[in-house]
Amino acid sequence: MEVQTIAGAQVNVSEEGYLEDMSQWNEDIAREIANEIGIELTDKHFDVLNYLREKTEAGEALTIRKVGKSGVVDIKGLYKLFPKGPLKFSSKIAGIPKPTSCI
Amino acid sequence: METKEIEKKKEIKEKKPLEKVCIICAKGSLEDVYATLVMANGAVMEGIETNVFFTFFGLDGITKKTMNHLHTATTGNPAMRMPGGLPFPTMLGGLPGVETAVSGMMRKQMGELDMPPVDEFLEMITAGGGMIYACKLAVDMFKLKKEDLNDEVDSIITIGEFYELCDGDRTQIIFT
Repeated sequence: MEVQTIAGAQVNVSEEGYLEDMSQWNEDIAREIANEIGIELTDKHFDVLNYLREKTEAGEALTIRKVGKSGVVDIKGLYKLFPKGPLKFSSKIAGIPKPTSCI
Repeated sequence: METKEIEKKKEIKEKKPLEKVCIICAKGSLEDVYATLVMANGAVMEGIETNVFFTFFGLDGITKKTMNHLHTATTGNPAMRMPGGLPFPTMLGGLPGVETAVSGMMRKQMGELDMPPVDEFLEMITAGGGMIYACKLAVDMFKLKKEDLNDEVDSIITIGEFYELCDGDRTQIIFT
Protein backbone atom coordinates (compact mmCIF):
# COMPACT_ATOMS: atom_id res chain seq x y z
CA MET A 1 0.00 0.00 0.00
CA GLU A 2 1.24 3.47 -0.77
CA VAL A 3 -0.08 6.99 -0.48
CA GLN A 4 -0.43 8.89 -3.72
CA THR A 5 -1.64 12.36 -4.53
CA ILE A 6 -4.34 12.25 -7.16
CA ALA A 7 -6.15 15.43 -8.17
CA GLY A 8 -4.78 17.18 -5.09
CA ALA A 9 -6.07 14.56 -2.67
CA GLN A 10 -4.05 12.07 -0.67
CA VAL A 11 -5.35 8.56 -1.34
CA ASN A 12 -4.20 5.04 -0.53
CA VAL A 13 -3.62 2.97 -3.63
CA SER A 14 -2.58 -0.61 -4.32
CA GLU A 15 0.57 -1.50 -6.19
CA GLU A 16 -1.39 -1.46 -9.44
CA GLY A 17 -3.00 1.88 -8.72
CA TYR A 18 -6.44 0.83 -7.50
CA LEU A 19 -7.89 2.86 -4.65
CA GLU A 20 -7.81 0.93 -1.39
CA ASP A 21 -10.61 2.87 0.23
CA MET A 22 -13.51 3.65 -2.08
CA SER A 23 -14.76 6.43 0.21
CA GLN A 24 -11.70 8.51 -0.69
CA TRP A 25 -12.97 8.70 -4.27
CA ASN A 26 -14.38 11.77 -5.98
CA GLU A 27 -15.08 12.78 -9.57
CA ASP A 28 -11.83 14.70 -9.96
CA ILE A 29 -9.86 11.64 -8.92
CA ALA A 30 -11.83 9.62 -11.47
CA ARG A 31 -10.99 12.14 -14.19
CA GLU A 32 -7.30 12.06 -13.38
CA ILE A 33 -7.05 8.25 -13.30
CA ALA A 34 -9.02 8.12 -16.56
CA ASN A 35 -6.70 10.66 -18.14
CA GLU A 36 -3.73 8.51 -17.29
CA ILE A 37 -5.38 5.55 -19.02
CA GLY A 38 -6.32 7.76 -21.94
CA ILE A 39 -10.06 8.00 -21.43
CA GLU A 40 -12.00 11.25 -21.27
CA LEU A 41 -14.98 10.81 -18.99
CA THR A 42 -18.50 11.70 -20.12
CA ASP A 43 -21.82 11.52 -18.26
CA LYS A 44 -22.29 8.03 -19.67
CA HIS A 45 -19.00 6.97 -18.09
CA PHE A 46 -20.15 8.30 -14.75
CA ASP A 47 -23.42 6.34 -15.01
CA VAL A 48 -21.34 3.17 -15.27
CA LEU A 49 -18.93 4.24 -12.51
CA ASN A 50 -21.79 4.99 -10.13
CA TYR A 51 -23.39 1.64 -10.91
CA LEU A 52 -20.11 -0.17 -10.20
CA ARG A 53 -19.68 1.70 -6.92
CA GLU A 54 -23.24 0.94 -5.85
CA LYS A 55 -22.84 -2.77 -6.52
CA THR A 56 -19.46 -2.91 -4.81
CA GLU A 57 -20.87 -1.15 -1.78
CA ALA A 58 -23.63 -3.77 -1.70
CA GLY A 59 -20.91 -6.43 -1.67
CA GLU A 60 -21.73 -7.90 -5.07
CA ALA A 61 -19.03 -9.37 -7.32
CA LEU A 62 -18.98 -7.69 -10.70
CA THR A 63 -18.79 -9.28 -14.12
CA ILE A 64 -19.15 -7.60 -17.50
CA ARG A 65 -22.24 -9.76 -17.98
CA LYS A 66 -23.86 -8.21 -14.93
CA VAL A 67 -23.00 -4.72 -16.09
CA GLY A 68 -24.36 -5.58 -19.53
CA LYS A 69 -27.68 -6.60 -18.01
CA SER A 70 -27.89 -3.65 -15.63
CA GLY A 71 -29.74 -1.45 -18.09
CA VAL A 72 -27.01 1.19 -17.69
CA VAL A 73 -25.03 0.07 -20.73
CA ASP A 74 -24.76 -3.08 -22.87
CA ILE A 75 -21.50 -5.00 -23.22
CA LYS A 76 -20.66 -3.46 -26.58
CA GLY A 77 -21.21 -0.02 -25.09
CA LEU A 78 -19.05 -0.89 -22.11
CA TYR A 79 -16.16 -1.82 -24.40
CA LYS A 80 -16.66 1.49 -26.25
CA LEU A 81 -16.51 3.48 -23.02
CA PHE A 82 -13.52 1.61 -21.59
CA PRO A 83 -11.61 0.14 -24.54
CA LYS A 84 -9.30 -2.79 -23.82
CA GLY A 85 -10.35 -3.00 -20.18
CA PRO A 86 -14.12 -2.91 -19.70
CA LEU A 87 -13.98 -4.11 -16.11
CA LYS A 88 -10.36 -3.41 -15.16
CA PHE A 89 -10.23 0.22 -16.26
CA SER A 90 -13.76 1.03 -15.15
CA SER A 91 -13.06 -0.41 -11.69
CA LYS A 92 -9.83 1.53 -11.41
CA ILE A 93 -11.54 4.78 -12.39
CA ALA A 94 -14.50 4.04 -10.10
CA GLY A 95 -12.13 3.76 -7.16
CA ILE A 96 -13.11 0.18 -6.34
CA PRO A 97 -10.79 -2.84 -5.94
CA LYS A 98 -9.38 -4.71 -8.92
CA PRO A 99 -12.04 -7.13 -10.21
CA THR A 100 -11.55 -10.73 -9.17
CA SER A 101 -14.00 -12.25 -11.62
CA CYS A 102 -12.90 -14.30 -14.65
CA ILE A 103 -15.97 -13.44 -16.71
CA MET B 1 31.05 -2.67 -22.34
CA GLU B 2 29.65 -2.60 -18.84
CA THR B 3 26.81 -0.28 -19.75
CA LYS B 4 25.93 -2.58 -22.58
CA GLU B 5 25.53 -5.46 -20.21
CA ILE B 6 23.35 -3.44 -17.88
CA GLU B 7 21.19 -2.45 -20.82
CA LYS B 8 20.87 -6.05 -21.79
CA LYS B 9 19.66 -7.01 -18.34
CA LYS B 10 17.13 -4.20 -18.40
CA GLU B 11 15.81 -5.49 -21.67
CA ILE B 12 15.18 -8.89 -20.17
CA LYS B 13 13.28 -7.37 -17.27
CA GLU B 14 11.07 -5.22 -19.48
CA LYS B 15 7.57 -6.67 -19.68
CA LYS B 16 6.32 -7.71 -23.06
CA PRO B 17 2.61 -8.26 -22.68
CA LEU B 18 0.73 -10.64 -24.91
CA GLU B 19 -0.82 -8.88 -27.86
CA LYS B 20 -2.79 -11.62 -29.56
CA VAL B 21 -4.15 -15.06 -28.79
CA CYS B 22 -5.45 -17.56 -31.31
CA ILE B 23 -7.46 -20.28 -29.62
CA ILE B 24 -8.36 -23.58 -31.26
CA CYS B 25 -11.33 -25.56 -29.94
CA ALA B 26 -11.37 -29.10 -31.36
CA LYS B 27 -13.58 -30.88 -28.82
CA GLY B 28 -17.29 -30.57 -28.23
CA SER B 29 -17.79 -31.42 -24.57
CA LEU B 30 -19.17 -28.83 -22.21
CA GLU B 31 -15.87 -28.33 -20.42
CA ASP B 32 -13.77 -28.09 -23.56
CA VAL B 33 -16.00 -25.49 -25.18
CA TYR B 34 -16.25 -23.47 -21.97
CA ALA B 35 -12.50 -23.58 -21.46
CA THR B 36 -12.19 -21.98 -24.89
CA LEU B 37 -14.89 -19.41 -24.20
CA VAL B 38 -13.57 -18.37 -20.79
CA MET B 39 -10.04 -17.99 -22.14
CA ALA B 40 -11.21 -16.08 -25.20
CA ASN B 41 -13.48 -13.75 -23.25
CA GLY B 42 -10.78 -13.22 -20.64
CA ALA B 43 -8.33 -12.24 -23.35
CA VAL B 44 -10.76 -9.77 -24.91
CA MET B 45 -11.37 -8.22 -21.48
CA GLU B 46 -7.62 -7.74 -21.07
CA GLY B 47 -7.46 -5.90 -24.36
CA ILE B 48 -5.71 -8.77 -26.16
CA GLU B 49 -6.65 -9.32 -29.80
CA THR B 50 -8.50 -12.63 -29.95
CA ASN B 51 -9.26 -15.14 -32.71
CA VAL B 52 -11.13 -18.37 -31.96
CA PHE B 53 -11.12 -21.26 -34.41
CA PHE B 54 -13.66 -24.07 -33.96
CA THR B 55 -12.88 -27.36 -35.65
CA PHE B 56 -13.98 -31.01 -35.61
CA PHE B 57 -16.29 -31.75 -32.68
CA GLY B 58 -15.61 -28.28 -31.37
CA LEU B 59 -18.04 -27.13 -34.07
CA ASP B 60 -20.84 -28.26 -31.72
CA GLY B 61 -20.02 -25.15 -29.71
CA ILE B 62 -21.03 -22.83 -32.55
CA THR B 63 -23.73 -24.93 -34.26
CA LYS B 64 -27.16 -23.44 -33.51
CA LYS B 65 -28.77 -26.83 -32.88
CA THR B 66 -26.22 -28.11 -30.37
CA MET B 67 -24.45 -25.15 -28.79
CA ASN B 68 -26.74 -24.64 -25.81
CA HIS B 69 -27.11 -28.36 -25.01
CA LEU B 70 -23.50 -29.47 -24.71
CA HIS B 71 -22.76 -32.52 -22.59
CA THR B 72 -20.00 -33.53 -20.27
CA ALA B 73 -18.93 -37.18 -20.47
CA THR B 74 -20.24 -39.34 -17.61
CA THR B 75 -18.39 -42.44 -18.82
CA GLY B 76 -14.64 -42.60 -19.22
CA ASN B 77 -14.29 -39.47 -17.11
CA PRO B 78 -12.30 -40.34 -13.98
CA ALA B 79 -12.79 -36.86 -12.53
CA MET B 80 -16.57 -37.26 -12.47
CA ARG B 81 -17.98 -37.23 -8.93
CA MET B 82 -21.39 -37.60 -7.33
CA PRO B 83 -22.72 -34.56 -5.49
CA GLY B 84 -20.92 -34.92 -2.18
CA GLY B 85 -17.67 -36.12 -3.69
CA LEU B 86 -18.13 -39.91 -3.99
CA PRO B 87 -16.79 -41.49 -7.18
CA PHE B 88 -19.29 -41.69 -10.02
CA PRO B 89 -19.62 -45.31 -11.19
CA THR B 90 -18.99 -45.65 -14.91
CA MET B 91 -21.85 -48.16 -15.19
CA LEU B 92 -24.26 -45.55 -13.87
CA GLY B 93 -22.90 -42.98 -16.29
CA GLY B 94 -23.85 -45.22 -19.19
CA LEU B 95 -27.53 -45.42 -18.32
CA PRO B 96 -29.85 -43.57 -20.70
CA GLY B 97 -30.54 -40.03 -19.59
CA VAL B 98 -27.81 -39.85 -16.96
CA GLU B 99 -25.42 -37.83 -19.09
CA THR B 100 -28.20 -35.41 -20.03
CA ALA B 101 -29.21 -34.96 -16.41
CA VAL B 102 -25.65 -34.51 -15.16
CA SER B 103 -24.86 -32.06 -17.95
CA GLY B 104 -28.00 -30.09 -17.16
CA MET B 105 -26.98 -29.90 -13.52
CA MET B 106 -23.53 -28.71 -14.48
CA ARG B 107 -24.92 -26.00 -16.74
CA LYS B 108 -27.15 -24.87 -13.89
CA GLN B 109 -24.21 -24.62 -11.50
CA MET B 110 -22.27 -22.66 -14.07
CA GLY B 111 -25.22 -20.32 -14.48
CA GLU B 112 -25.14 -19.64 -10.75
CA LEU B 113 -21.55 -18.42 -11.17
CA ASP B 114 -22.81 -15.98 -13.79
CA MET B 115 -21.39 -18.08 -16.61
CA PRO B 116 -23.58 -17.36 -19.61
CA PRO B 117 -24.98 -19.94 -22.03
CA VAL B 118 -22.76 -20.56 -25.07
CA ASP B 119 -24.61 -18.27 -27.49
CA GLU B 120 -24.49 -15.36 -25.06
CA PHE B 121 -20.82 -16.05 -24.33
CA LEU B 122 -20.03 -15.78 -28.04
CA GLU B 123 -21.87 -12.45 -28.15
CA MET B 124 -19.78 -11.19 -25.23
CA ILE B 125 -16.58 -12.13 -27.07
CA THR B 126 -17.58 -10.44 -30.32
CA ALA B 127 -18.93 -7.39 -28.46
CA GLY B 128 -15.36 -6.74 -27.36
CA GLY B 129 -13.94 -7.27 -30.84
CA GLY B 130 -13.04 -10.97 -30.60
CA MET B 131 -13.41 -12.96 -33.83
CA ILE B 132 -15.02 -16.39 -34.19
CA TYR B 133 -14.15 -18.70 -37.08
CA ALA B 134 -15.20 -22.17 -38.21
CA CYS B 135 -12.83 -24.65 -39.85
CA LYS B 136 -13.68 -25.26 -43.49
CA LEU B 137 -12.53 -28.85 -43.56
CA ALA B 138 -14.60 -29.80 -40.51
CA VAL B 139 -17.66 -27.87 -41.73
CA ASP B 140 -17.49 -29.80 -45.02
CA MET B 141 -16.97 -33.08 -43.19
CA PHE B 142 -20.02 -32.62 -40.98
CA LYS B 143 -21.99 -31.30 -43.99
CA LEU B 144 -22.78 -28.03 -42.26
CA LYS B 145 -23.54 -24.68 -43.88
CA LYS B 146 -22.84 -21.13 -42.72
CA GLU B 147 -26.52 -20.75 -41.77
CA ASP B 148 -26.30 -23.76 -39.43
CA LEU B 149 -23.75 -21.82 -37.40
CA ASN B 150 -24.38 -19.10 -34.85
CA ASP B 151 -24.56 -15.55 -36.25
CA GLU B 152 -21.52 -14.51 -34.24
CA VAL B 153 -19.34 -16.76 -36.43
CA ASP B 154 -17.50 -14.40 -38.75
CA SER B 155 -16.64 -16.86 -41.48
CA ILE B 156 -15.57 -20.34 -42.47
CA ILE B 157 -11.82 -20.37 -43.12
CA THR B 158 -9.05 -22.81 -43.95
CA ILE B 159 -6.25 -23.66 -41.56
CA GLY B 160 -3.89 -21.67 -43.78
CA GLU B 161 -6.04 -18.59 -43.38
CA PHE B 162 -6.13 -19.19 -39.64
CA TYR B 163 -2.33 -19.22 -39.47
CA GLU B 164 -2.28 -15.96 -41.42
CA LEU B 165 -4.33 -14.47 -38.57
CA CYS B 166 -1.71 -15.66 -36.08
CA ASP B 167 1.05 -13.30 -37.21
CA GLY B 168 2.98 -11.08 -34.82
CA ASP B 169 5.76 -11.85 -32.38
CA ARG B 170 3.62 -11.48 -29.26
CA THR B 171 1.03 -13.98 -30.42
CA GLN B 172 0.21 -17.29 -28.79
CA ILE B 173 -1.70 -20.21 -30.23
CA ILE B 174 -3.66 -22.13 -27.63
CA PHE B 175 -5.18 -25.54 -28.31
CA THR B 176 -7.92 -26.59 -25.90
